[in-house]
Amino acid sequence: MKLKILIIIFFLAGIVACKKEITQVFAGFTKPDIFPTPVYHFETNPITEAGFVLGRKLFYDASLSANNTISCGFCHIQTSAFTQHGHSVSHGIFDSLGVRNTPPIMNLAWSPSFMWDGGIPNLDLQPIAPITNHIEMGNTMDNVLTTLRQSKEYPSLFQKAFGSSEINTARLLKALSQFMLMCVSDQSKYDSVMRGQAVFNTNENAGYALFKANCAVCHKEPLFTDYTFRNNGLTPNFINDMGRYDITLQETDKYKFKVPTLRNLQYTAPYMHDGRFLTLDAVLDFYDHEVQNNPNLDTALRKNGHIGISLSSSEKQQLVAFLQTLNDKVFIENKLLSEQ
Amino acid sequence: MKYTFLSLIVLVIFFTSCKKDITPEYNSSATGQLSVEFDNVVGNQDLQLNTGVYTNASGETFKLTLLKYFVSNFILTKTDGTTYIVPQDSCYFLIDESSPNTTIPKLRVPEGEYSKLSFVLGVDSLRNTVDISKRTGVLDPAGTAAGMYWSWNSGYIFFKMEGTSPVSTQNGNIFQYHIGLFGGYTAPTINNLKTITLDLTARGTAKIKATKSANIHLLVDIMKVFNGTTNISIAKNSVVMVSPFSATIANNYVNMFSHNHTEN
Ligand code: HEC
Ligand code: HEC
Repeated sequence: MKLKILIIIFFLAGIVACKKEITQVFAGFTKPDIFPTPVYHFETNPITEAGFVLGRKLFYDASLSANNTISCGFCHIQTSAFTQHGHSVSHGIFDSLGVRNTPPIMNLAWSPSFMWDGGIPNLDLQPIAPITNHIEMGNTMDNVLTTLRQSKEYPSLFQKAFGSSEINTARLLKALSQFMLMCVSDQSKYDSVMRGQAVFNTNENAGYALFKANCAVCHKEPLFTDYTFRNNGLTPNFINDMGRYDITLQETDKYKFKVPTLRNLQYTAPYMHDGRFLTLDAVLDFYDHEVQNNPNLDTALRKNGHIGISLSSSEKQQLVAFLQTLNDKVFIENKLLSEQ
Repeated sequence: MKYTFLSLIVLVIFFTSCKKDITPEYNSSATGQLSVEFDNVVGNQDLQLNTGVYTNASGETFKLTLLKYFVSNFILTKTDGTTYIVPQDSCYFLIDESSPNTTIPKLRVPEGEYSKLSFVLGVDSLRNTVDISKRTGVLDPAGTAAGMYWSWNSGYIFFKMEGTSPVSTQNGNIFQYHIGLFGGYTAPTINNLKTITLDLTARGTAKIKATKSANIHLLVDIMKVFNGTTNISIAKNSVVMVSPFSATIANNYVNMFSHNHTEN
C-alpha cells in the first residue's frame, strides 16, 4: 500500500514536471496584447519552429567565430537579459575589448534600427557586423558558411527550416533573426498591471507618476524607448564616441545615442552606451545633477532653463521601485531561449 | 567637265554605299552582346598594381595596391533617341583591377546603334536597402562583396582604392580611400552615388547585331581621383572612409571616365 502511494506520488511529480516543460514549447510569434504592431518584415521571413531551432543553435554556436571560442551568446547572455553582465564594454575574441556596452536581445521585432548609433537598419543584416568584426568574432561570412556546410548537423537543419539543405547568406541571417525575434519580454509586473492582473503598490505608483512626468517622453511605454537618437547630457567618453554622427555625418547628431529600453534593468547593468554607470542610483544621480549642457542636449532635459531632472532622494527611491516592476524573470528563465 | 561628271558619280556611289553602312537592318526584338571595357590607367600610363609609381598634382609619389569599384544601372541611348534600360537584376558589376575578367562586363541589349552610355558608379539606394535574399552574386556580403560592405553602417562601399606613398604617416605608409554612402535609410546623410553619362558619337557608336557584338572601350583615369576640382593630398588625407571629405573624392572621381573607342 505504502509503495502504491509512493508510485502515485512519483507519477504525479512526473506529470507536474512535464507540464512545466510543456508551457515552454514553441508557439510561434504572437504580438503581446499590450504592445503595438511590430515593425519587422515577417512577410519575408515567417517564423517557423524549425527556423527558430536552427537560429537558436547558431546563436549559441562558437564555430561562428574565427577560433571557435565566441558565440553570439558569449556576449548576449540570457540570464543578463542577453547582455554581457559586468562588462562596461564588450569582451570578444582574443580577449579584445569593444568600444560599446552590449545591448539586450529583447523585443527586437519593434526596433526600426540596431546598434547604439542605429547604423544597421534591418535585423537580418545585424549578425554580419559581429561575425566579421575583428574584436568580436573575427571571422569572415564566407568561412562561416563553409564551416556550416561541412558540419554533420547543419545541412539537415537548414533542410528542415528552408526546404532544402542549401546554406547561404540569406538563410543563415534569417534563421538568426527568427531566434532573436522570439526573445520577447512581456511578463513583468508592469505588464500584469497593464493587463489588469496586478496593481502597483504605493511606492511603485508614485514612481510611475514621476516616470510619466520626466522620463516617458524618451523612454516611451510600453517598450520604454521611442527608438529615436538623443543626447541625454553624458560627457563624451575617452574614445570620443560620437554615436549617431558617425552614421549620418550631421552636426546635429553629434553625441546622440539610441534611447535604450528600460526593461530588465536589474539584469543588464552596467548602463549607458559605454557602461559608465554601475547602478541605477548612479543613473538617477546623473539625471539629477550631472547632466551636461552639451550643444545637442535634448530639450526635454533643459526645461524652463533647468538642466537635468531634479529628484529628491525619496523620489529617486520611488523611481527605482517603479523601474523594478519592469524586470521579467519569466523571460530570463525561459528555457526555450536557452542553449539546449 | 567629264571629270566633274565622273567625280559626281563616284561621290554618289560613295554616299549610297555609306548610307547602306549607316543603316544596317536592325531587328529590335533580337538581342546582341555589348561589353563595356573599364581600362584603368593613371594619367598617361597603364595602371600596374604594386609596381607602377605615379605622381599626383600635389607632387606626391604613390603606388596602388588595390582598386575595386561597383558599376551598375546601365542605360543605353540609340541614335534615334530611344533608350534601353538594362534590367537591374543583371546589372551590378564589381570591377577589380587584380582580376582582369571582371573589368569587361557584358550586357545583353536589343539590336541597334547606340550613341550614349550611362551608368552609376556605386550601388543604388534601392539595392542598398533590399531584402538580404536579393543580395546575391557580386552583392553577397559573404561572397564577392565581402570587402565592399560596411557591416556596422550597413551599405556597400562604391569605390575602394588602397596604396602606399612615402608621404603617408600611417603604419606602412599606406593610404586607403573607401568611398560609399547612398544618402541614408531614414535619416539623410551624404550621397556619393554618381551617374556617369558618355557620348559615343565622336569616337564611335556601338552597333549591335545578334550576330555581331561590340565593345565600348573606356579609359578610367585614376589620377583624376587626386587631381580635380580639389587636389587631394595623400599627406593630408591618407585614410578617407565615412566622413564629409568622402564627397570631395567622389566629386573628383566622377570625372575619371572617358570614351576612347568602340570595337564593332
Ligand atoms: C564580443 C561581444 C559580442 C558578440 C560575440 C556578439 N555581439 Fe551583438 N552586440 C555587441 C555589442 C557591443 C553591441 C552594440 C554595438 C554598438 O552599438 O556599436 C551588439 C549589438 C547587437 C544587436 C543590436 C541590438 C540593438 O538593440 O541595437 C544585435 C541584434 C546583436 N548584437 C546580435 C548579435 C548576434 C546575432 C551575434 C552573433 C552572430 C552577436 N550579436 C555577437 C556585442 C557582441
Ligand atoms: C531626453 C530623453 C531622455 C529622458 C527625458 C530620459 N532619458 Fe534615460 N536615456 C536617454 C538616452 C538617449 C539614453 C542613452 C544614453 C547613452 O548611452 O548615451 C538613456 C539611458 C538611460 C538609462 C540606461 C539604460 C541602459 O540600459 O543602459 C537609464 C536607466 C535611464 N536612461 C533612465 C531614465 C530615467 C529614470 C529617466 C527619468 C528620470 C530618464 N532616463 C529620462 C534619454 C532620455
